[in-house]
Amino acid sequence: MSYQSMEEAQTRCGKEGIEFWKAVQLEDAEERGVTEADSWKEMKRMWRAMLDGLDAYDPELMSRSRMVGKEGGLVDAYRAAGDTLCGDFMAKVMSNALKMGCNNACMKRIVAAPTAGACGVMPAVLVTYYREYDVPEEKMIEALYVAAGVGQIIANRAYLAGASGGCQAEVGSGSGMAASAICHVKGGSTAQIGHACAMALKNLMGLVCDPVGGLVEVPCVKRNVGGAFNAIAAADMALAGIESQIPVDQVIDAMKEVGDKMDVSLRETGIGGVAGSLRAAEVVARMNM
Amino acid sequence: MGSIFDILGPVMVGPSSSHTAGAARIGMIARQLFGRQPEKAAVYLHGSFAATGKGHGTDKALIAGLLGMKPDDMRIPDSFKIAKEEGMEFIIEPREIKEAHPNTAQIIMDAEGVNTMKIQAYSIGGGRIRVCKLDGIDVNFSGESNTLIIRNVDEPGRIKEVAAALSDAQINIATMQVFRDKRGGYAVMVVETDQIVPREAMGDLESKKGIIRVKFLLAN
Ligand code: SF4
Repeated sequence: MSYQSMEEAQTRCGKEGIEFWKAVQLEDAEERGVTEADSWKEMKRMWRAMLDGLDAYDPELMSRSRMVGKEGGLVDAYRAAGDTLCGDFMAKVMSNALKMGCNNACMKRIVAAPTAGACGVMPAVLVTYYREYDVPEEKMIEALYVAAGVGQIIANRAYLAGASGGCQAEVGSGSGMAASAICHVKGGSTAQIGHACAMALKNLMGLVCDPVGGLVEVPCVKRNVGGAFNAIAAADMALAGIESQIPVDQVIDAMKEVGDKMDVSLRETGIGGVAGSLRAAEVVARMNM
Repeated sequence: MGSIFDILGPVMVGPSSSHTAGAARIGMIARQLFGRQPEKAAVYLHGSFAATGKGHGTDKALIAGLLGMKPDDMRIPDSFKIAKEEGMEFIIEPREIKEAHPNTAQIIMDAEGVNTMKIQAYSIGGGRIRVCKLDGIDVNFSGESNTLIIRNVDEPGRIKEVAAALSDAQINIATMQVFRDKRGGYAVMVVETDQIVPREAMGDLESKKGIIRVKFLLAN
C-alpha cells in the first residue's frame, strides 16, 4: 500500500533507519512484486529518457498550432551573450524547462512527470544540476524516487491532473516533486525534503489550468519555467533551515480543497483564464478548431 | 492509484497523456485484438477527442497505434505517411456517441479473410485506457495485465470449460468477467491471468465447441 502521508513515510524512515528515497523504492518493490534492482532499472530508464529528451530538442520545430517551439533556442542564445538577469545556471534551468515543454508540444518524446503538461519542471531542475555539477548518476536516480514518492502522496491525498484540480496539481505538484528531489541531491534531510515540497506547493497554490484552445502549449510551456524556478527557491529555503509552518500533508489537503472549489472553467476546459482572452479566441479561430 | 511509475512516467510522445499517449494505446490494443494490421480502419472520435484531437495529435496517435507503434514511438507524428506506405487505408471522423466518456474513440477494422472488428475505448489519463465495447458487447478491461478475451456462444457450461482448460495449462486466473450481448446469443469472457497463455492452450480453447474467437493480450 503506497504512502498516504509524508508523516507515514517519514515514520518508516525513522524506524528502519533508511532514507526517504529508499522507503519509496522498497514500497514500489513490495507493491509491484519486483526486486529492488528491477525497480531501480525502471527508474534509470526514466532518468535516461529525460536526458535524451532534452538533447532531442529542435529549435526549428513548431507546434501544430504554431504558438510554441523556438523558446528554448531563444534562451540559449540569450544566455550565450552572458547578460542574463538570473545568472548562468538559472538561465540553463529556464532553457531546459522550455525545451522539454516545446518537445511535448511538438510531439517529441518526454517523461510525464507528473503529467505531460508539466514535463519540463523535473528535468529542468535535475538534469541541469547534474550536468553543471557532475553528480554521480545514482544520486539523480535516488532523487527521482524522492520525487515519485512525494508525487504519489499528492496523488493519494489530492490529485495530479489539471482537469481535476487546476494547474496547481500539475505544474504545482511537479514543482513540489522537483523541490524535494533537488533537496535530496544537495544532502537535505527527510524533514527538509518535506519542507521543500510544502513551500513549493504553497507558492503555486490556486494556480488555474487555462490552456488556450485546450492545447498543452499556452501557458503550459512557459509555466514550466515558473515551476522549475520555484522548486529551486523552495529547496534552497529548506536547505537554509527555513521550515514550512504548515506540515506538507496539510498543505496537500489545502491544495485539494482549493482545487475542489475551482470553477470548472479553470480546470482544463479551455474556457477561463488566459484561454478566455480575446487573443486566445483569435488563435482558436485561426486554427479553425 | 497505480505505481510510482504512473507518477513518474510514462515515457511518451507528447503533447497529452490522455489525448496522445492514451490514443496511441487505444490503437495499439485495437490492433492486438484484431490480431493483425488492418487493411482498412474507420476511426470515430467523440467528445474532447473530437474537439481538441487535432491539436493534440489524437488522430496521428490512433493511426500510429493501429500500425503497431507504442505511445513512446518517435514516428507517431509521421503515422499518416507511414500508413500510406504500408497500404493501410483509414478515415477519421467526429461522431457523437451516446453516454460515452469524453475521450472516446470507436474503431472499425477490416482485412481480407478476417471478420470485421469494432471496438470502443476511452482514455482515462496518464496514458491509461479502458476498452468498453467489443463488437457491440459491453466489456471493461485495460490491457495492463495479461488478458485473455474469449468470444463464445452464450450457453451453459462454457465458463467451466474455459476455467478447466486454463487450470490444465497451469494458468492462474486473476480475475474473470463475463459480458453478454444484450440481444442474446453471444458472450465475451475477459480473463486476466498471472501467466502468459501459450499458443497451444489458445488453440485448445479455440477448438472447443461454442467458442468463436480467442485473443490474448500480453500485459503492457
Ligand atoms: S495549464 Fe493546464 S494543461 Fe497546461 S500545464 Fe497547467 S495543468 Fe497542464
